[in-house]
Amino acid sequence: MGFLTYLINGLSLGSVYALIALGYTMVYGIAKMLNFAHGDVIMIGAYMCFMCMSNSGMPAIVSIVIAIVCCTALGMVIEKIAYKPLRKATNLAVLITAIGVSYFLQNMALMIFGSNPVSFTSVISWEGISLAGGNLKIAGNTIVTIITCILIMIALVWFVKNTKPGQAMRAVSEDRDAATLMGINVNATISLTFAIGSGLAAIAGALLCSSYPSLTPYTGSMPGIKAFTAAVFGGIGSIPGALIGGLLLGVIEILARAYISSQLADAIVFAVLIIVLLVKPTGILGKQIKEKV
Amino acid sequence: MNKYKKLNKSTQKLIRTICVIAVLYVVMTIMDGTGNLSSLMKGLLVPVCAYSLVAVGLNLCVGYLGELSLGHAGFMCVGAFSSAFFSRAFQDVIPDVPRFILALLIGTVVAALFGFLIAIPVLRLSGDYLAIVTLAFGEIIKNVINVMYVGMDSKGIHFSIKDQLSLGMEPDGKMLINGPQGITGTPRQSTFFIAVLLLILALVVVHNFVRSRTGRAVMAIRDNQIAAETVGLPVTKYKLVAFTLSAAIAGVGGVLYAHNINSLTATTNNFGYNMSIMILVYVVLGGIGNFSGSVIAAVVLTMLPELLRGLSTYRMLIYSIVLIVLMLFNWAPGILKWRDEHGLTTAAIVGRFKKKKEVR
Amino acid sequence: MKKKALSLALCTAMTASLFVGCGNSSSSTGSSESVDTSGEATWRIGGIGPITGGAAQYGQGVMNAIQLAVDEVNEAGGINGYQISFNFQDDEADQQKSVNAYNTLKDWGMQILEGTVTSGACQAVAAETYADRIFTLTPSASSTDVTNGHDNVYQVCFSDPNQGGVSADYIADNGLATKVGIIYDSSDPYSTGVYQNFATEAQTKGLEIVATEAFTADSKTDFTTQLQKCKDAGAELLFLPFYYTEGSIVLTQANKMGYAPTMFGVDGFDGLLGVENFDVKLAENVYLLTPFAADADDEATQKFVAAYEEKFGGTPNQFAADAYDGIYILKAALEDANLTPDASNEEICDALIASIQKISYDGLTGEDMTWNDKGEVSKAPKAVIIKDGAYVSAD
Repeated sequence: MGFLTYLINGLSLGSVYALIALGYTMVYGIAKMLNFAHGDVIMIGAYMCFMCMSNSGMPAIVSIVIAIVCCTALGMVIEKIAYKPLRKATNLAVLITAIGVSYFLQNMALMIFGSNPVSFTSVISWEGISLAGGNLKIAGNTIVTIITCILIMIALVWFVKNTKPGQAMRAVSEDRDAATLMGINVNATISLTFAIGSGLAAIAGALLCSSYPSLTPYTGSMPGIKAFTAAVFGGIGSIPGALIGGLLLGVIEILARAYISSQLADAIVFAVLIIVLLVKPTGILGKQIKEKV
Repeated sequence: MNKYKKLNKSTQKLIRTICVIAVLYVVMTIMDGTGNLSSLMKGLLVPVCAYSLVAVGLNLCVGYLGELSLGHAGFMCVGAFSSAFFSRAFQDVIPDVPRFILALLIGTVVAALFGFLIAIPVLRLSGDYLAIVTLAFGEIIKNVINVMYVGMDSKGIHFSIKDQLSLGMEPDGKMLINGPQGITGTPRQSTFFIAVLLLILALVVVHNFVRSRTGRAVMAIRDNQIAAETVGLPVTKYKLVAFTLSAAIAGVGGVLYAHNINSLTATTNNFGYNMSIMILVYVVLGGIGNFSGSVIAAVVLTMLPELLRGLSTYRMLIYSIVLIVLMLFNWAPGILKWRDEHGLTTAAIVGRFKKKKEVR
Repeated sequence: MKKKALSLALCTAMTASLFVGCGNSSSSTGSSESVDTSGEATWRIGGIGPITGGAAQYGQGVMNAIQLAVDEVNEAGGINGYQISFNFQDDEADQQKSVNAYNTLKDWGMQILEGTVTSGACQAVAAETYADRIFTLTPSASSTDVTNGHDNVYQVCFSDPNQGGVSADYIADNGLATKVGIIYDSSDPYSTGVYQNFATEAQTKGLEIVATEAFTADSKTDFTTQLQKCKDAGAELLFLPFYYTEGSIVLTQANKMGYAPTMFGVDGFDGLLGVENFDVKLAENVYLLTPFAADADDEATQKFVAAYEEKFGGTPNQFAADAYDGIYILKAALEDANLTPDASNEEICDALIASIQKISYDGLTGEDMTWNDKGEVSKAPKAVIIKDGAYVSAD
């Protein structure tokens, strides 16, 4: 029974990582950049949601929609100002600007919302289900997060495969120059990617803080890094990979903490990551790209 | 002068850089001697050199090996802790000067060893996967150091990864590494002179390295690994050498850092991924593959938040904006073109700067 | 190559201007400074703490409270007839940055330091102030390494051994539990320090520690595993030596699990009730050690809380109360020593070391506070229990 409880806790944590990782992997897969500011967009999304829900008394679903709209707009503005001018520069340059944006968002939030933590009211009022005579509890948050994750994953895969903008995204991802020649508006496509990624961040923010309710301007940064790890774990750029990577990372973290050492849990998670990458150098579902001579 | 002109361009640049550093050293020393140097500046001299060293090390990895490492703060951490541990353990046994030299050697060698051991698996990967694995190693190092408890008493050295109690120390014992409290009481031996000397030494070493046979091979591998393999270069060996050297230089930075502060702890901000990323910022802003640039960027970006202190809580906000603007100014193709059209190119700016210098 | 050279040139230009800027940085002004305009000599008191970064909420409370106290003292005529100038610098809770902040304050002409806020940074700065002979009173750095071997460093808060020991004694003497579970932050000096001292004392008091679980700064969102392990081990009481930011999560998650042991926090838990939107029902029956309660009846506390809320918004926590007391403690000691601001910092330091051991001070965070030569304050940590969203004395 103990093991099952830990497993469920792990899935609960992992589903949050997976949700964030979906945003990471989406942006990476198409724009080929590591958006280190993603975690901070999540934080902004969570604050938006909090402001609407707890301060203005709006219903949870309306709050989330408002947060999604705000984050989408924010994502597009960031992309326009900080990333677009560097599109033809080296990938590292964009990485550094993303770090700058991350600092900016954190400090902006610190100015606006203050440094004191706020306690986030869960957007899900459902208590969850209780199995095995109450010995095994699955929280409503966990179930909703996992289902949301799977739905978003399916929607994203469908979108990328079957719609015109999705196909444009794939084309841009494969070869940017060739895509331009085929008449695809690369800039618009990448902007759209950021918009989607940031919208997902808002959902992730609301669900992250529903499960782990303390919200500060720095809430997003650590889950952001963990989710980045999860995205690489699953094979960065692969949408189902992000889901699998996130869930596995969460489960490994919890099991390591439960059965090996709670002090060394971080180290163990990263050690497992290293081993997996050594066995499978492009992550679990990553594409092996053969270099042409 | 003729001899100087005969040297190739990169050697000329190295000599210029060293001259600038030497001049700055002399200026700073004179200012200090006449009491014109503020405490803040004086306090920053050694850390700036330490960060510069790590940035130079990382630039070797990013610029010449062509691999993105997000774990260089980890090597700095290893260098810092191993040397500080040594200095603390033998504080009363070995006199100051030889102990510091030994500590420096130990810090460098241990960092190099870690670099070597980590490089063996890591260099099988490439690109962002390599980056994440180096990040992972950096985090592991930090996490493990945070749970290490080492004490020394009359019976010898005690070690635990649980807590201080389980060491079972004699009452007269002293703690060497106290978990998250780290190492307290490291002798303060990093001086600006040593720091500058080591920085110049590192610049000379990397300069010679990238121009050596090995260095050229490393660059060939960076530009086209398959081609390099085809002509029979032992790719793994060269990569290992470059990565190890890069880690060792970061270790030297760590030794300087550790011997400049009384209390050494491993946190996300000073030895975790935040620091690794900060060092990467120095490298990219200073110019990938440009060692002098790394030093300058490290100096500027370490000073900047200190000089913005007057802005109070807006400080870090302004800092982040400056960082973004600097990146765009230096890297965005559109802006580079605009600068070209408006006479803000290298030559023009250098020209103006030179004039300014003469006026001063 | 062109680009490289370009960035190099730009950076050189910037560096040059920075260095020029540094030459006169001794006149630079810092944050939240209140300078007396009369042109007379003033007391220059500096403060250091995190006002950005993950620990910002603790540093900002301290900064605001010192400002409040300084304004009050200045309005009432200053110390020994001289006004106070106060300058607070950010250290992001990092040691190197803390030393930088200290050096900035030194350039400003600081005579007395009230800081730093966090233990780790304070260890580094204490070594500097010791070498420079600047009297240091830390509002909240509770580690013994801060005061050890530094005769010029004094604490307003109680020290780690004090807190850990008193907690264990309290639990054992009042028979709260015999089986104790501990969750602590293994990457934080404060948390680890309190935990170790608690564990030592618990052994001598015959408390059985059934589970010791850790978390780190990198994974402080999920506590379900630690809670589950404590629950499985049969812990009747959880000892939680960390800050209220994580504390609010632990309480929420324990509640969701349906695990309701006695929760026992230390002074870091103070501020829990001030977390915006926090469901105070979760904190019902939580014990914590705090010398300060924002809703206490006494006049001094009420005046402080009202002034703080009016000026900065939000309820002050114990960090703020300690910092507020700090200024008045310095005032009492300076008056005892009968000093004037034209004394050198060495003179001030030596005089204050003598005076602070003589004075006894009644403040927000304790009555009859006295200091020993080790720099520790005598006040005893008092256990309070949260009932209906308010602190009630647990005795």
